[in-house]
Amino acid sequence: MKTTILTGVLGAAALGFAATAASAATLDDVKAKGEVACGVHTGLQGFAAPDDQGNWRGFDSDFCRAVAAAVFGDPSKVRFVPTNATERFTALQSGEIDVLSRNTTWTLSRDTSLGFNFAGVNYYDGQGFMINAAKLPGINSALQLSGAAVCVQTGTTTELNLADYFAANNMEYNPVVFQGFDETNAAYEAGRCDVYTTDQSGLYALRLTLGNPDEHVVLPEIISKEPLGPVVRHGDDQWFDVVKWTLNALITAEELGITSENVEEMKQSDNPEIRRVLGQEENSTIGSALGLDNAWVANVVAGVGNYGEVFDRNIGQGSPLKISRGLNQLWTKGGIQYAPPIR
Amino acid sequence: MQEHDISFVRAEMVANSTPPAAERGIVRWLRTNMFATPLDTVLTLLGLLLIAYTLPPFIRWAFIDAAWTGPDRSVCATIVQGGLQPDGWSGACWAFVNAKFAQFMYGRYTFGERWRVDLTAILFVALLVPLLIPRVPYKFLNAVLFFGVFPIVSFFLLVGGWFGLAYVPTSEWGGLLVTMVLSFVGISISLPLGIALALGRRSKMPVIKVLCVVFIEMVRGVPLVTVLFMASVMLPLFMPAGMTFDRFARALVGVSLFASAYMAEVVRGGLQAIPKGQYEGADSLGLSYWQKTGLIVLPQALKLVIPGIVNTFIGLFKDTSLVYIIGMFDLLGIVRQNFQDSNWASAQTPMSGLLFAGFIFWIFCFGMSRYSIYMERRLDTGHKR
Repeated sequence: MKTTILTGVLGAAALGFAATAASAATLDDVKAKGEVACGVHTGLQGFAAPDDQGNWRGFDSDFCRAVAAAVFGDPSKVRFVPTNATERFTALQSGEIDVLSRNTTWTLSRDTSLGFNFAGVNYYDGQGFMINAAKLPGINSALQLSGAAVCVQTGTTTELNLADYFAANNMEYNPVVFQGFDETNAAYEAGRCDVYTTDQSGLYALRLTLGNPDEHVVLPEIISKEPLGPVVRHGDDQWFDVVKWTLNALITAEELGITSENVEEMKQSDNPEIRRVLGQEENSTIGSALGLDNAWVANVVAGVGNYGEVFDRNIGQGSPLKISRGLNQLWTKGGIQYAPPIR
Repeated sequence: MQEHDISFVRAEMVANSTPPAAERGIVRWLRTNMFATPLDTVLTLLGLLLIAYTLPPFIRWAFIDAAWTGPDRSVCATIVQGGLQPDGWSGACWAFVNAKFAQFMYGRYTFGERWRVDLTAILFVALLVPLLIPRVPYKFLNAVLFFGVFPIVSFFLLVGGWFGLAYVPTSEWGGLLVTMVLSFVGISISLPLGIALALGRRSKMPVIKVLCVVFIEMVRGVPLVTVLFMASVMLPLFMPAGMTFDRFARALVGVSLFASAYMAEVVRGGLQAIPKGQYEGADSLGLSYWQKTGLIVLPQALKLVIPGIVNTFIGLFKDTSLVYIIGMFDLLGIVRQNFQDSNWASAQTPMSGLLFAGFIFWIFCFGMSRYSIYMERRLDTGHKR
């Protein structure tokens, strides 16, 4: 239930407040208000950023659309709420958003003491290194970086991971530390350090803004685990299930070869598993068990495509970022994206 | 009496001869303003050198080599960067500004409803311009319309949800729209509230005085960033579950109260500059407190502090960018957010976007400052220097 009371005080200085009853039954609330309130990044290349028309595009934004498609059968029924790093958790706790899909690393403390549930991992990220190959020819592993000057953002886990990694491998390095992302980028571009370290997806995004991207190489080592995934509040298992299985459905659809183009034909497929997932079985409970329509998987895939399509369109080969699938490849193809069976 | 021949006395004045060539026109101007002393000469030459070094590359970058139109980042990136431009190319990416222009103005305001923003802007200009020109009559009616009716009309127009207008949540607002609404509300609340606070601080009634002092010092003592941050991160936790204040309303209240505290101190400066005789004169005429304040003190005090008031306005206008803290995007915020669109990410995009945002801000701030100078001269009847 959402009631919006807007009180006009002193003309345009109107004080508006919206009262949203964040009871345990998030799914009912979402259905009642007719949209999923989804917390996204305020702007991160490939994950959540506005396009020319101002629509939110990106890997995380598309996950929001997938949840909306699962609940309503319509991927457009999302209200995107841009949140910054600190605000994101309050927004979720206070019920301002129903799901947080914002590059959030799954850690023990967030899962427990902050009172959240992670609905899975939709992107396995990790800290990596980028070097200027023109300045450092012949280096193809982070283990050869002893003595290098490393540009890093201060106050981040990145800085700590960097120290751990070099200490663990008995290597020396000179940290060149900056406060913000922009300064760090500028310093690297200006050649004040040999190596740049941040999350790998960030390295790919940075490469797009460099003057001479071909000179820069992302090294293969990943020195930290950054499993990113959608987050919901503790204490509402039904909504948790809906979000969790939306992610599983995206991955399963790719595994079964169901795409946004062939989803209608696939409903008539001979493969019983595909027919079951798409809700074509007699007396199917694929959706009703979750409180959704039985065609919810079909709606998700028709709305945003399968996991591979979402990846490709926003951050993969179909996007300017061209991030390779790596760990995010399906388990059948050498990655670790693995979804429990939908049955 | 014989008439003397007085023809050696000139009957008419000699025409003024023109000053020597070195003492007139551009030469004289140059000699007095540019090359008056050796130091001036050196500084002038240095200045010219600086312009010669910086201006041509800038013009080349911003106009000649700039990419004006295009579908995506390819027009703003060289071939090695994955674009179409030749190697070594460097130019402004106006195509980015071009493609995102509507967003920079309206934010994510619903597409089909943008005429409402346009209409509000037209109303704003139509009411503001006659108010600013002293010769136009009906000032009182105009002011009532501008400060009384316009805010209500624009509130209903922009927010919607009434009279068949679709509801557009403030979270969809952005760009120049947010900048303008925040500054308009901030300015039109902070001036009256600031005057009230300043009068309260000088009041002889202890409760009012203490309240005003506490408010002003509290608000001035805390950075705006902190207040906005508290409002967005802490406030929701204190509220009953699920109760959330509209973010934009939070920003409006925060910014207005902030500007009021600063405005109060500016106005108080003006009040203190009024000689005691003015107060005593008003008292001896038998004027009440409000008559004295409204007719004698404030008109003189406000006139004195016009530069300070406009300074606060300009500061407020630029401070609106801080709303990015609470996830709202004013002009600067939305420009920066769009740097993250990977379809437009290039080495040239940030510089072009920031220049554009800076230029828009400059137009408004410069306009305000010029108008304040004009007003100062117009009102400066007694103290001309």
